[in-house]
Amino acid sequence: MKKVLIPLSVLPILFLLAYGFWTDPSFVPSPLIEKPAPPFALTLFDGGDLSLDGLRGKVVVVNFWASWCFPACYDEAPVLEGAWRAYKDRDVVVVGVNVQDTEKAAREFMDRFQFTFPNGPDPQGKISIDYGVYGIPETFVLDKEGRIAFKHVGAVTANVLTTQIEGLLRRAPQVEESTGGHEREA
Amino acid sequence: MTAQLGNIALWIALVIAVYGAAAAVIGHRRQGSALLESAYGAVLVHCALVTVALLSLEYALITSDFSIRYVAFNSSRNYPVWYKIAGLWGALEGSLLLWAWMQATLAAQVIIMYRRKHRDFLPYVSAVLMGISAFFLLVLLIPANPFEQHFPVPADGQGLNPLLEDTSMLVHPLLLYSGYVGFTVPYAFAMAALITGSLREEWLYITRRWAITAWMFLTAGIVYGGWWSYHVLGWGGYWAWDPVENASFMPWLVATAYIHSVMTQEKRGMLKIWNLTLISLTFALVIFGTFLTRSGILNSVHAFTQGAVGYFFLAFLAVILLSTVTLLTLRADQLKTEGTVDSFLSRESAFLFNNLLLVIFCFTVFLGTIFPLLAEAVRGVKVSVGAPYFNYVAGPIALGLLFLMGVGPVIPWRGGSWGSLRRNLLGPGIAGLVAGLLAFTLGIRESWIVTTYALAVFVSAVVVQEYYRGIRARRKSAGEGPIRALGQLFVRNRRRYGGLVVHLGVALLAVGIASSSAFQIEQEGMLKKGEMLEAGMYRVRFDRLTSSEGPTHVKVQGVFTVFNERHEVGEMRPGLRFYQRSQDPIAEVDYWIGFKEDLYLILGSFDRQGDWAVIKLMVNPMVSWIWIGGAIMVLGTVIAMLPTRFLSAASAREKP
Repeated sequence: MKKVLIPLSVLPILFLLAYGFWTDPSFVPSPLIEKPAPPFALTLFDGGDLSLDGLRGKVVVVNFWASWCFPACYDEAPVLEGAWRAYKDRDVVVVGVNVQDTEKAAREFMDRFQFTFPNGPDPQGKISIDYGVYGIPETFVLDKEGRIAFKHVGAVTANVLTTQIEGLLRRAPQVEESTGGHEREA
Repeated sequence: MTAQLGNIALWIALVIAVYGAAAAVIGHRRQGSALLESAYGAVLVHCALVTVALLSLEYALITSDFSIRYVAFNSSRNYPVWYKIAGLWGALEGSLLLWAWMQATLAAQVIIMYRRKHRDFLPYVSAVLMGISAFFLLVLLIPANPFEQHFPVPADGQGLNPLLEDTSMLVHPLLLYSGYVGFTVPYAFAMAALITGSLREEWLYITRRWAITAWMFLTAGIVYGGWWSYHVLGWGGYWAWDPVENASFMPWLVATAYIHSVMTQEKRGMLKIWNLTLISLTFALVIFGTFLTRSGILNSVHAFTQGAVGYFFLAFLAVILLSTVTLLTLRADQLKTEGTVDSFLSRESAFLFNNLLLVIFCFTVFLGTIFPLLAEAVRGVKVSVGAPYFNYVAGPIALGLLFLMGVGPVIPWRGGSWGSLRRNLLGPGIAGLVAGLLAFTLGIRESWIVTTYALAVFVSAVVVQEYYRGIRARRKSAGEGPIRALGQLFVRNRRRYGGLVVHLGVALLAVGIASSSAFQIEQEGMLKKGEMLEAGMYRVRFDRLTSSEGPTHVKVQGVFTVFNERHEVGEMRPGLRFYQRSQDPIAEVDYWIGFKEDLYLILGSFDRQGDWAVIKLMVNPMVSWIWIGGAIMVLGTVIAMLPTRFLSAASAREKP
């Protein structure tokens, strides 16, 4: 009788493997969540300068992109521009950081999607390293105190971005509660 | 049209495979030879049909028929024909079709070779093989159909994943799949032995060659994969303990244990259950590896697109594990061992230790691979198990195996006297010690490196000594010339002398791994035009950037002049390739390969105006020993398997 039970010993391994279907291995929580965002300064494509310190008091969306990043960057470009237009009057700034790209291709990309939000290159990859950017695109949402509240890997959707921005706008500046997290990619 | 043909062929093949499996079992039970003959015929027809399906997909790939989704996503009009052909194994659906086809061909080969022999076994072998085929065909028809059509038809295909655009793509997957699929035959024979209860050594003799052949392909595939990783992925390494690398390494470890322990069963009638377990485990690990690669449950550079395929493979794995363990449990009583280990110092006991270490090795790799899953299931935390864990546990086990590799071949069965041991091990032992001391005096202080060198020399010395003694004995007894004597050694005991060559290959490989891990020099820096970066005895100067447009990508190359201590030695041009469909640029490493060391230069990033470049310069010592060692391992396996007839003919030709 005991013999019948021996084959059942393989069940735990099978259950463990089956459990794998419910997890998402590409989701890695960022250690930067709720930490002060690394400061940076950008020389913008339109000639101006932008410093993150100057944006204290605003909700900042920092997006890392490149013209060769297809299709994800192409998918999210209208979303970012849309968010900028919808929220720019409500103390929200969208900042594009162009990574590992040629200037010509980057400008073509911005023309194609008619970007009006500030964009600048990260010529030595220093900003990407500070933010622990692993693959392009990645998007960070910073709260009004300049802390990283949220990180999104892959093409960001309007839904995610709106939820995050609205959440941070509603949050009173002095309350230190976490809304950070991660959206699973569809 | 092509798509319909392929699909119809797959459907009929599935029906015939199921029929063949059922007819084989029923025909055998009822002693109905007509039914049995039809079952064997079904295997051949099934093989022909899968071949039709495979050729259909190849035809679609070569003619760029983008109405088929798979072709549109894995091929491109401007590819050379080799890449079009290789598109077959460029992604999930096609690679499974290739698998199914290899599986079908092996099944047909088994039927053709053995249909007049092994009458008790063959019906069940054929049924198991057809069952496995049916599973792959089902996967090809439902969750991973390579013939799925789509609309609108694009003007051009998307091309392969850029990382796969390399000539290794034409070799590595084929070697690895041949290894994987090859283990289905020994598994089928083992199952047949368990089902029929005909548990004498018959199954072992038949499957030994199949298992060794599969092992050879797996070895070649793994080493070749290391080479691919080394020259394409651009991080200066060849093995990262990635889940999918582990998935190929685990069956290799268990198969290695099997190849050794079958000798114990042949000579002493021991370890019967153990051998059946090992070969079944090898096959289960192959399917487990396929599940890992295709299910997307773990992060890996090899990840395929995911889908329902994972569920199918998990279900298949469940069937294999449950049925195999059940059969083993039921037959355990009939598998009583005949011999016992008489002495601690005997070949049997060396093999026991070898098996113990290999299986522990496999278990630690398994644990490390699935630990992230386990941690998340049990504690809900995200962890990743990196190379340090694996290196830490693998090191001591590998050294133990290296030691046994030297001792094992010279201890007699049933135990030897201390005197004979001394005679066999004194020379090699001294050689090993001298090598270790030499390494130490040359300033190497890491004890594991010194030990690796000492053991590698010890193993090599045992191999040389055994060859020398064998040749000397033949020259004395038969008066043969040295070359003829060597040929005769292969003829008379090709497994032993081939096996020794494999051991020599492993020793070289071990030296290559130890040296390249311990003494790698790595320098990173940002260079303005004309500036130099130094690593070891080399310096490189950044001269300029160039860019060029390839068929599928834009390539930016840095031009660097390389100097050694005294003078200029040449130019290197590492590059970055930018693809439309990839999220990251792909590094194109430039490397010089040498016996002593490789020089390896990677372009990290660059300035738009071409004023500066960030580079990584590496000096990787003795990496080429790994490739040479791998080639020698394959060579040794070929020697061990060459038909005696061939060897006798070759050695007769050398007669004066």
